[in-house]
Amino acid sequence: MATAVTEKYRTVIGLEFHVQLLTESKMFCACSAQYAANPPNTVVCPVCLGLPGALPVINEKVIECIVMTGMALNSQIPEFAKFDRKNYPYPDLPKGYQISQFDLPFCIEGHLTLDEEDGGRTIGITRVHQEEDTAKSTHVTAASGERYSLVDFNRSGVPLMEVVTEPDIASPEEAAAFGRKLRQIVRYLGISTGNMEDGAMRCDANISVWPADAPLGDIKVEVKNMNSFRAVERALYFEQERQTRILESGNDTRVTETRGWVETSGETVSQRTKEEAHDYRYFPEPDLPPLQLSREWIEGVREKLPELPAAKKERFMAEFDLSDYDASLLTQSRDLADYFEAASAGAKNAKAVANWMSRNLLQRLNESGSEIGDCKISPDALAEMILMIESGAISNRMAQEVFDQMFDTGKSAKVIVKEQGLAQISDEDELAGIVATVIAENPAAVQDFNQGKKRAIGFLVGQVMKATRGKANPGIVNQKLQEALRQD
Amino acid sequence: MNLSTLTVHEAQDLLGRGETTSVELTEAVLARIEAVDETVKAYVTVTVEQARAQAQAADARRAQDGADAPPLLGIPAAIKDVINTKGVRTTCSSRMLENYIPPYDATVMQKLNAQGSVLVGKTNMDEFAMGSSTEHSAFFTTRNPWDTDRVPGGSSGGSAAAVAADEAVFSLGSDTGGSIRQPAALCGVVGMKPTYGRVSRYGLVAFASSLDQIGPFTKDVTDCAIVLEAICGQDPKDATSAPEVVPAWREAMKQDVRGLRIGVPREYFGEGTDPAVEESVREAIDQMMALGVEVEDVSLPHTDHALATYYIIAPAEASANLARYDGIRYGHAAQDAESMWEAYSRTRGEGFGSEVKRRILVGTHALSSGYYDAYYLKAQKVRTLIAADFQQAFEWVDAIVSPTSATVAFKIGERIDDPISMYLSDLYTLPGNVAGLPGISLPCGLADGLPIGLQFVGKPFEESTLLRLAFAYEQASGVRYTPALA
Amino acid sequence: MTDSEGSDSISRADVQHVANLARLALSAEEEERFQHQLSAVFEHFQKLSALDTEQIPPTAQVIPLKNVMRPDTVEPSLAEQDVLANAPDREGDQFRVRAILDF
Repeated sequence: MATAVTEKYRTVIGLEFHVQLLTESKMFCACSAQYAANPPNTVVCPVCLGLPGALPVINEKVIECIVMTGMALNSQIPEFAKFDRKNYPYPDLPKGYQISQFDLPFCIEGHLTLDEEDGGRTIGITRVHQEEDTAKSTHVTAASGERYSLVDFNRSGVPLMEVVTEPDIASPEEAAAFGRKLRQIVRYLGISTGNMEDGAMRCDANISVWPADAPLGDIKVEVKNMNSFRAVERALYFEQERQTRILESGNDTRVTETRGWVETSGETVSQRTKEEAHDYRYFPEPDLPPLQLSREWIEGVREKLPELPAAKKERFMAEFDLSDYDASLLTQSRDLADYFEAASAGAKNAKAVANWMSRNLLQRLNESGSEIGDCKISPDALAEMILMIESGAISNRMAQEVFDQMFDTGKSAKVIVKEQGLAQISDEDELAGIVATVIAENPAAVQDFNQGKKRAIGFLVGQVMKATRGKANPGIVNQKLQEALRQD
Repeated sequence: MNLSTLTVHEAQDLLGRGETTSVELTEAVLARIEAVDETVKAYVTVTVEQARAQAQAADARRAQDGADAPPLLGIPAAIKDVINTKGVRTTCSSRMLENYIPPYDATVMQKLNAQGSVLVGKTNMDEFAMGSSTEHSAFFTTRNPWDTDRVPGGSSGGSAAAVAADEAVFSLGSDTGGSIRQPAALCGVVGMKPTYGRVSRYGLVAFASSLDQIGPFTKDVTDCAIVLEAICGQDPKDATSAPEVVPAWREAMKQDVRGLRIGVPREYFGEGTDPAVEESVREAIDQMMALGVEVEDVSLPHTDHALATYYIIAPAEASANLARYDGIRYGHAAQDAESMWEAYSRTRGEGFGSEVKRRILVGTHALSSGYYDAYYLKAQKVRTLIAADFQQAFEWVDAIVSPTSATVAFKIGERIDDPISMYLSDLYTLPGNVAGLPGISLPCGLADGLPIGLQFVGKPFEESTLLRLAFAYEQASGVRYTPALA
Repeated sequence: MTDSEGSDSISRADVQHVANLARLALSAEEEERFQHQLSAVFEHFQKLSALDTEQIPPTAQVIPLKNVMRPDTVEPSLAEQDVLANAPDREGDQFRVRAILDF
């Protein structure tokens, strides 16, 4: 689409994230939250199965996770919070209502600032509140053509946290960047896997496009079914284009509706219903007394807050003198940052660790599609290898080979060097002898050197290396050659 | 002597002295059920085999425990069919749950089982506890043992009738707007609704969660104290159960009542209160004065608004509480529906009776968009005013005294088509639920051969005061009310 | 107050709307009956509108409990055979329902 058209309009996007929290037990009962790891309907009880007479009790850890997230998102934590019933009948909702929060959530009025490379804008966070997950239904078409569904209640009552942004996001790229940033934070906090692919983090978006010089209208389109941040970006881009085209036509036929993203066809499709708008009939949950979190409780949670990505990046730049790029790269995840700090402590050379990680380690991890947690090289092993380079035990060039073997086998650099006889020859007397032999055997090159062709020394170094099968310490070889040639 | 007529404490004495056994006592109660329940129709389910097994186990345990035997060991009890009993059908007197067998016990059942009491059966009620007569049971109407053409009251009518007719030594019911106290009054037994939060609601099928409370039906006040001690206490499975200590009520109730002050609300005894009921209650109040209790005039200015407040809040909560009956995990399921939503709606249309449907509709409307502020929120605010009325009154008096029900038992069918006149049956009881206060009803006379109930409503967690007043009155009156049922 | 023929503040459409929200199938006869009964009931509720409650906070719960929570620990779930024992329809270890289609 032409730039002129794009500039005529502005895009308004607000996001809603549902984040599954990593707790031992469910939100309101003591069933295991490991819903996927267990056979269907085996981690259920009267509470999460919605049996008559069962009552919910709040999992304290969930409240901790939500408040922690609120703090990480610079939110206010109101003194008083309560739970409400959100009523809507559905087969995957065993009570016929979801226990959620309506007017008094745990966190309000937060904000999150995007990285410079993502535009660096600050996005408002309306609220962070508690929800509970639904059961999982599977659709079946029998051989007879009969269609039905099967319901597994294992996931019912797994704790969810909902994060709602202000409509501050201005482009599909920014929406995806926000999502990645939020995922990074929940992972740092250790409260969720943040995986979009398996539904541990879900994103719905409200998007509308308006003429840049006119006030905003009140139509908004909700887009669902986006299973990756790439899908978020693509779906919103599609929707932005679609709405712009409608505006361009001069006849605004848009309606407030829900549209589903269809990955295969790359488009959004209306899911409009013949039902009237939902009426959730929220009212205060009578089974749960409200929460009035004490200052001590809140401060106790604040003390558990880990260093967050932005602060860590700043510190890495200041403390280890890393570039903005390396600091960003190494604070991508808490595990990666921890790895870096541990290796740096061992190697006493943060720069070298940063280089090895950004140039070698991350590349190998990417290639193999694995995470730092799966890496066979421990931070100590990497540090040991770097120390061996510094002591001259192995050359930088050999180190490349040693590193690859460490990555593949998990063996230490010392073991690899020993097993394969890779140790660098740094013994000066030994090298002096080899240098003498090479000089004796290559008079032509020596003559070239003496006639001012300084490059001839490279040939001689090569000959020493050849004689030592590459194990000679190049620095010492150079030095010995210079000495020997000067004497000639 | 017929063992089935024994109170809990009389049975305890005989069992303790080895003069009878739980097996004998249980057999006597089962025989009584066999003899009269065809007429009274108190029970939805009689658990004959289980009762016999539990009675035998109780006798064996008594041989071991001796003097340390728990107070309810071996005592036959009836349980309202709204309380979950593991492995025993729990129907709520609804087609929806006609064949529902719970896989877990309510906390009160765990407590009774721990004491070794004997479950003889599950009692009839208005469907999902919505009603004041048991006429809204999906199965049958329970008869008042004093006059079988009349209702036993409700919703816990089966539990009240079972105790009145000696078909159980004691029973449990639930009280959301008077559902223990009103049938206790109409059947001439003692019934108590403890303070909201006293008894765990875990396993009590929810009607209106902020109002529901489990409580006992007994043949006298002493038994009421004994059963209360057994079922009260904080439960980690019910977040609304209170951490208050459970007093030794059986002792506390004997404390002299001299100097206690009771209040007679000037808004009570209005139009609709049967003159015979008023006369009987006023006589009882005089008797209390003679015992040294001071009687004061008090005012509960929002009494007139309690009915509307209650009938907005309770159906609103019920509309959500009853949303889980969708025919998927348990309960009635409509056959041959074309679509998921048709199955949903027909399951509920077929499974619920008229009164339940009516209340779901009222509650849904009161919460729906555009009406929430005018009805639900308004009712919650008036609830604050009603609770404040009581709080103010309790600055002057220790308890409020009143009739339990404005009338004696009415005829079956008399009010069934007139919801509001039916709702008026609970006029004296429901303010106590709205404010979460404890209330006790005990018999204080007869009118045309039908029992009249005297009610004391007290401060939160001051059940002791109510038991003292009730015990003192019972001792002074010296009457034991027994229906002349064949 | 007991006038069930009174003015119909609740319309037939209101009853149908609310019944749909509550997923409650009603017969035509029931719709008619409930329309009259609900009208009478809501007329009685009008009583409350006379009270000035502008400054009154709502009461959702009568006991002043707060912060009731449980630790994040796992306890055994229901025995497998108990979970599906009451299911009107099942297939293997799952509950079977009519095809769930989006709203």
